[in-house]
Amino acid sequence: MNAPLSINAAPPRPVLVETAASRPPAAAAQPAPAPATAKQTVVPLPAPQRYRPSRAVAIAYDVAAAVVPPLVVLALMLLVWQLATSGPDATLPSPLKIWADSSDLITQPFFVNGPQDIGLGWRVLTSLERVAYGFGLAAIAGIVLGAFVGQSVWAMRGLDPIFQVLRTVPPLAWLPISLAAFRDSGPSAVFVIFITAVWPVIINTAVGIRNIPQDYRNVAEVLRLNPIEYFWRIMIPSAAPYIFTGLRIGIGLSWLAIVAAEMLTGGVGIGFFIWDAWNSSRLSDIVVALIYIGVVGFVLDRLVALVGRIATRGTASA
Amino acid sequence: MSKPIAPQTSHPSGKPFLRLEAVCKTFRRGGSETEVLRDISLDIAEREFVSIIGHSGCGKSTMLNLVAGLTQVTTGAVLLENREVNEPGPERAVVFQNHSLLPWLTVYDNVRIAVDKVFGRTKSRAERDAWTLHNLDLVQMTHAKDKRPSEISGGMKQRVGIARALAMEPKVLLMDEPFGALDALTRAHLQETVMQIHARLGNTVIMITHDVDEAVLLSDRIVMMTNGPSARVGEVLDVPLTRPRNRLELVADAEYIRAREAVLKFLYERHRYVEAA
Repeated sequence: MNAPLSINAAPPRPVLVETAASRPPAAAAQPAPAPATAKQTVVPLPAPQRYRPSRAVAIAYDVAAAVVPPLVVLALMLLVWQLATSGPDATLPSPLKIWADSSDLITQPFFVNGPQDIGLGWRVLTSLERVAYGFGLAAIAGIVLGAFVGQSVWAMRGLDPIFQVLRTVPPLAWLPISLAAFRDSGPSAVFVIFITAVWPVIINTAVGIRNIPQDYRNVAEVLRLNPIEYFWRIMIPSAAPYIFTGLRIGIGLSWLAIVAAEMLTGGVGIGFFIWDAWNSSRLSDIVVALIYIGVVGFVLDRLVALVGRIATRGTASA
Repeated sequence: MSKPIAPQTSHPSGKPFLRLEAVCKTFRRGGSETEVLRDISLDIAEREFVSIIGHSGCGKSTMLNLVAGLTQVTTGAVLLENREVNEPGPERAVVFQNHSLLPWLTVYDNVRIAVDKVFGRTKSRAERDAWTLHNLDLVQMTHAKDKRPSEISGGMKQRVGIARALAMEPKVLLMDEPFGALDALTRAHLQETVMQIHARLGNTVIMITHDVDEAVLLSDRIVMMTNGPSARVGEVLDVPLTRPRNRLELVADAEYIRAREAVLKFLYERHRYVEAA
């Protein structure tokens, strides 16, 4: 805050003046008594009357500003969709038809009526379990490999071109090899997720490690940190923003890969559900499943971003 | 730690403590070679405060890095207590120009990491905690021990950098333009702190600087470097001012004025900075 500004103060002795601007808003309504030292020299001015919304109103306004626009767009989209698919020869179901066909899937995510007749919530959880294994392995392997590639020039020269080629292979192209190797659909799906998610983690970690400032390296050298201490105390915290960027891309790719992999390997995942619904012409169910997948993917992305924000506190701002 | 008070004489006598013997440093990049330092020889006594001054690009920082062990000599040798220096170590602590605090650690943890590393085997947990706080107290930073580097000012960061270096109980304290990035008032304040600490602990200090007043105020000797490439030690000036020194009293001191003039003449008459074409 600036030094108090006195307009009418006469110079003979220093006068500490509290101006309207420096007064807390609560006291602004009634004119505050002027400080004793400034009795004759300062005329207290009325504080400018400005509308200040209360805290609750301000929060409500912020929430509305974030929520209302997407809701309006969503309503418009549903309207257009309804109009476009309500003709007699429409090939896709309209929103109202989807509600009529599949409201049980939407309103009850966790029902169990039989081995293959279960709520979409259960299916999503099954898929998430596979993603957890595959992505967890990818995160660990990716960070370790990325650290290796990032801090060794020769490892980078040797491995980077190979990584760059392998990372462009689409997830599904790994599936036959993986099925041949594991001879079981469960591990194969996990492997496909792993191999899809691991590349961005490796590459981002390597870039993060390569960008560790020379200053931190010098500090580590003067302190004589051993490689393990260096890894935990310098490398990981310093590269954390890059690592979390890689993890965030990786979790997105995992979720892309799981659906594709499950379409082919079967089981009870959300991917297989879509394939099954297509084979029995339940188009409405597919649309509901798509929405589930989208929402879960969004939540996963935000979750990793949130963990990243907490973990890199302090690092990013310095 | 209870070292005796540093001697008041400006010429601490005794055997050479730190010795640079005919040190040359050549950097190779691709096919080209650049000779940065040529034939540097220098003896530094224990508890001496030596400044190295010269125009930018004269290899001052390279010289400090050689003593720190962060870079290796091409020919010649750096000897500390008759042992050759060829890798970094906590007995030659460095205060870096841009503080180099780790931003993800608090002020306390930035010092503690050094204390844990150096005294992990010899001191108990409680002793290391006390020693960390003691060093933060030396630089008057105990009040901000739980803040992160991004939350404190540049001068405070540099204080923490000094505390971290002191906490290693180094034989030699190396300071690479420690106050270069600070404003004049903060710099003066930190110079006072460094003088007090030097008087109290009697460290051997090598400080790189480009500030003539700072060099004269703090040093027992000033090493003046010729312009690079192939920089050499041009002159070594003794500063026989009694300690403790007071910057206000020194302004009119004949010895201070003479030393200041000698450094200025060296830098701006005989070895004027030539702008690289």
